Amino acid sequence: MSGDTRLGTITAAEEPWSLDRAATRRERVAAQLQRGGAGLVLIVTVIVASIVFGSRFASVDNFLNILEASSFLGLVALGMTFIIIGGGIDLSVGSLLALSAVLTAYGSQYGSAAAILLPLGVCGAIGLANGILIGRARMQPFIVTLAALLFARGLAFAVSDEGNIIFRIASGEPVLALGQAAVIGIRIPILIAGLAFLVGWVVLERARYGGGVAAIGGSEDAARLMGLPIARMKVVMYAVSGLLAGLAGVLVAARSSSGQSTIGVGLELQAIAAVVIGGTLLSGGLGSIPGTLAGVLLLNVINNVINQVGTLSSYTQQVVSGVFLIIVVLVQRSLARRQRL
Amino acid sequence: MAWTTRNGVYVALIVLIAFNLVATRGFATVDNARLQLVQVVPVAIIALGMAVVIGTRGIDLSVGSVMAISSALLALYLGYGAVVAIAVALVGGLLVGLVNGVLIARFGIQPIVATLALLVGGRGLALVIANGRLTEIFDPTLGIIGSARVGGVPLVVLVAVAIAVVVAVLITRTTFGRYVVAIGGNPEASALAGVPVRRVILGAYVLCAVLAAVAGIIQTARLSAADPSFVGNLIELSAITAVVVGGTPLSGGRVRILGTLAGALLMQLIGATLISHNLPDSATRMVQALIILAAVFVQRDRALS
Amino acid sequence: MTAPVAVLEVQDIVKRFAGVAALDGVSLALQGGEVHALVGENGAGKSTLIKILTGVHQPDAGSIRYQGEPVAFDRPLDAQAAGISTIYQEINLVPLLSVARNLFLGHEPVNRLGLIDFGRMHRVAREILAGYGVHVDVRRPLRDLGLGVQQMVAIARAVSAEHRVVIMDEPTSSLEPREVERLLATIDRLRRDGVAVVYVSHRLDEVFRIADRVTVLRDGRRVHEGRIAEITRLELVSRMLGREVSEVARARTRFDARATDDAAPMVLEATGLERHHVLHDVSLDIRSGEVVGLAGLLGSGRSETARAIYGDGPLDGGRVSVGGVALARRSPATSIAAGIALIPEDRKVEGIVPSLSVRDNIVLAALPTMARAGFVSDGRLDGVVNTLIHRLGIKASSPRQPVGELSGGNQQKVLLARVLCMSPRVLLLDDPTRGVDVGAKAEIQALISELAQAGIGVLLISSELEEVVEGSDRVVVLRDGAVVGVLDPAEVSEDRVMALIAEAAADAAAAGQDGASPEGLPDPGERS
Repeated sequence: MSGDTRLGTITAAEEPWSLDRAATRRERVAAQLQRGGAGLVLIVTVIVASIVFGSRFASVDNFLNILEASSFLGLVALGMTFIIIGGGIDLSVGSLLALSAVLTAYGSQYGSAAAILLPLGVCGAIGLANGILIGRARMQPFIVTLAALLFARGLAFAVSDEGNIIFRIASGEPVLALGQAAVIGIRIPILIAGLAFLVGWVVLERARYGGGVAAIGGSEDAARLMGLPIARMKVVMYAVSGLLAGLAGVLVAARSSSGQSTIGVGLELQAIAAVVIGGTLLSGGLGSIPGTLAGVLLLNVINNVINQVGTLSSYTQQVVSGVFLIIVVLVQRSLARRQRL
Repeated sequence: MAWTTRNGVYVALIVLIAFNLVATRGFATVDNARLQLVQVVPVAIIALGMAVVIGTRGIDLSVGSVMAISSALLALYLGYGAVVAIAVALVGGLLVGLVNGVLIARFGIQPIVATLALLVGGRGLALVIANGRLTEIFDPTLGIIGSARVGGVPLVVLVAVAIAVVVAVLITRTTFGRYVVAIGGNPEASALAGVPVRRVILGAYVLCAVLAAVAGIIQTARLSAADPSFVGNLIELSAITAVVVGGTPLSGGRVRILGTLAGALLMQLIGATLISHNLPDSATRMVQALIILAAVFVQRDRALS
Repeated sequence: MTAPVAVLEVQDIVKRFAGVAALDGVSLALQGGEVHALVGENGAGKSTLIKILTGVHQPDAGSIRYQGEPVAFDRPLDAQAAGISTIYQEINLVPLLSVARNLFLGHEPVNRLGLIDFGRMHRVAREILAGYGVHVDVRRPLRDLGLGVQQMVAIARAVSAEHRVVIMDEPTSSLEPREVERLLATIDRLRRDGVAVVYVSHRLDEVFRIADRVTVLRDGRRVHEGRIAEITRLELVSRMLGREVSEVARARTRFDARATDDAAPMVLEATGLERHHVLHDVSLDIRSGEVVGLAGLLGSGRSETARAIYGDGPLDGGRVSVGGVALARRSPATSIAAGIALIPEDRKVEGIVPSLSVRDNIVLAALPTMARAGFVSDGRLDGVVNTLIHRLGIKASSPRQPVGELSGGNQQKVLLARVLCMSPRVLLLDDPTRGVDVGAKAEIQALISELAQAGIGVLLISSELEEVVEGSDRVVVLRDGAVVGVLDPAEVSEDRVMALIAEAAADAAAAGQDGASPEGLPDPGERS
């Protein structure tokens, strides 16, 4: 139509359309806040709490306590981060953690190897089943993992005689070290969670798999047409999430020397909250591992602070958590709007 | 829509009832029928509201907490008379629904996150209202609600049926209902066709929360106690299950009222059947999980095409 | 030039969906170094054939030979691995990922640890894109780029590996003319490199410019195959439609056979529409019974103008009045109540509700007027709906059939029925014949004329200049969100519109090169 004959020689300077809409400064600031907002709030909260409560809050012991409390939720939230970036959701993790803890304690009768392999095997298998139903049979993640939530909790109760038996891990079992030993003063769960986050971060940012997960969450149709093995990647995603929840359960059982079938109720919701607070879009396609870490720590710091205040009941704590989640999400929402996501 | 999706829940219900008539002693009695119906009422009422919300492509995780709030408010205001207390409890539900609706419709927060916040915060609020305690209730009006029968049918069952009829008319015969499924089917197109998207979504969440409050009141009346730490725990999952098993797709755009009721009844009877055959609660859960999967697996074809 | 063995050859392919044959014994042979156009109306089977070539679908009967060997592609990955790649109509990339990541997704260069080598990936990405004349920051998210560049990235991705066959499914449907030129040049390059290109397009101009051979499909059968030089346009169209040549010619003349009335009252006046970065002081008016065309390149603000009039989206300033009465609030509902109706650009995303029935889709916007105190009666709706289905010739098994199951043309007619249901005074049509087959297109164009004759004021936007020029009484030309000219009925011609747009483009180019401000250049002078 235009009869332009200079094709092939057009340079960037002549291409006003080549960058249709360079991001404005406001958009870039918003993007930064989206990524680092949770970290920022975390730092501010820690500083303020340190000033207000002094050494009651700002002590190495207390910080280590916070880190340890965070490590269980952290492992679960790590798997959840990949799944949410990939456009899915995993509601089964809380039940899987409980099931794993029960199986760890139950398995410890047959030695420490059984105490670790049994729960990891079962939780990994349930995660794998989730992944196959979601990835291969293309069922909705919400409903599949909801069923897994019921199933895993049911299994945990079945193993423990409807919750009437609380299995104990005999003292001296090597598996207890996973929850109770420390290396240069840092307990093993913290180290394991830290290592897991490091690996997760590298995989998301630097491995082919991570980019593929973001592509699936960003546009599954496009990812399929670009030839990504979507079904397989989803199977891996949910299997790993199940394994991580199982691992967290092993650590919880080792920490408390017992496996209770009633723990971890609502943990999936906490994990989702931590991931969302960390700047991962619940609609998928964008997210960060350090953000999730900050989200997990933030939730635990707030719990810790509320405990410091002491006068607040645990009910109030729930109300505060709810309100806090709403505020964070509202802020995120406005940031996302600014970036026109 | 595949035939199995449309009718699978009814077939399963008939098969289950037939099985029980043959194999379960004491199943075919009026007392048992009454018991099963009364027990399914709270889930059924909440599932009706949930079906409407799911029809708009939403989800409401906060219904259990709304039950707890309405239960706690009912106990707190019972001193002013049952009518006032019930009104306050309903208003409490309405307010939670408004907050949900505003967060979702006005601020564009994903339903799962907004109602998750209310699930966590709402339960805490209920405990704060009740000061964390179980309150026993002795009130003649509530007693009537909880245990009265009309022509042999428990009053609460009639209430549930009446609500189902109202919701069915709302969905099939009013502009609101048409708008709900249109928004669930394609929100952008609906907005451009002049559908008041925000108001309809707000309405759906308010409706769902008010119905949850009703369920909370009924449960409290039936148990003669307000126990905000336990009432409605995990009922959101049962309600979602009933809706999905009943053939309403989670992806929105369709609301099936009768299917939802059948779904609720099916899950109730499965539990009852297993218990009456001496299977433990844990087995019930696992079987329910498998049934949810089967129901969704049958629906899957539509999503694939 | 033609090798004895075809690169890719399919024979007697049959594919059925739910018992209906989408393809019925279709054959196609592709030679390296040849551009093979695949044309046909919607529903002719083009997409199905492409999906079989790319492994998305598997044929029920027939054979596929690739470089002489029989093959079976079970999934897209198999076809891609064999060297067949596809460029889709909708750009199938991931907007939130970086340009380089999109280019390499799935086969990113990795270092010894198996981790992505970002330095190398970015460098190679820059080099590849430079080969297509695209110079952008490859680290930025893809969504920051214009559609044209995104399409080039998709092509670069598709052919950066060793590909022998490239299939393009309507690659130009969302591109600007200049971007189309670039794309055609790229196709030319692929041809010279010996690649076999399948080119699917509704735009016959492009087909005749770029293709060597053409295959015409109709109703799942091949009705023509031959060299493009040996067939005329009219013959090609008649093969596609399965109609006689004279019929086709006549159908085209119906669209502009209409007189206008200068004395007719204004039904719509929009003044000073302003939106930061998008619209600048856009004013236009439409008389009763008049079709006003809105011309301009994609991104010139034509859709945004229609949206602004309709009250959708933010606006910084401006006023819209219908029949002399200014609208108090800006919202689609207010506009509908005042008698403005819109058919949006993107039928699937913004138009139809696929899960709802034909009936419910048609009455959706008019529900408030058809309901009594919020209650609706299906009986009453059915009367109105059946009349409209009959009048517009909507082909559906019943009014209760979900709209998602209809063809594109019929979906568009459902949308037309929806706006007619509202008895509008003003109709805003944003590309009403986009992606619609030739037959339905003529019907829709005839309907537009008919509606205007009935006194409705119509604003017509089209991605085809020809349609705007032939279908409109007056034409308003937009550039960069501002009105650069209004052509009266006597002045309207493709040349004049293009001149206005091109003048504007020349301005921009001059400004870009010389650093001179656009204000320093002569004004087109059509502004009043």
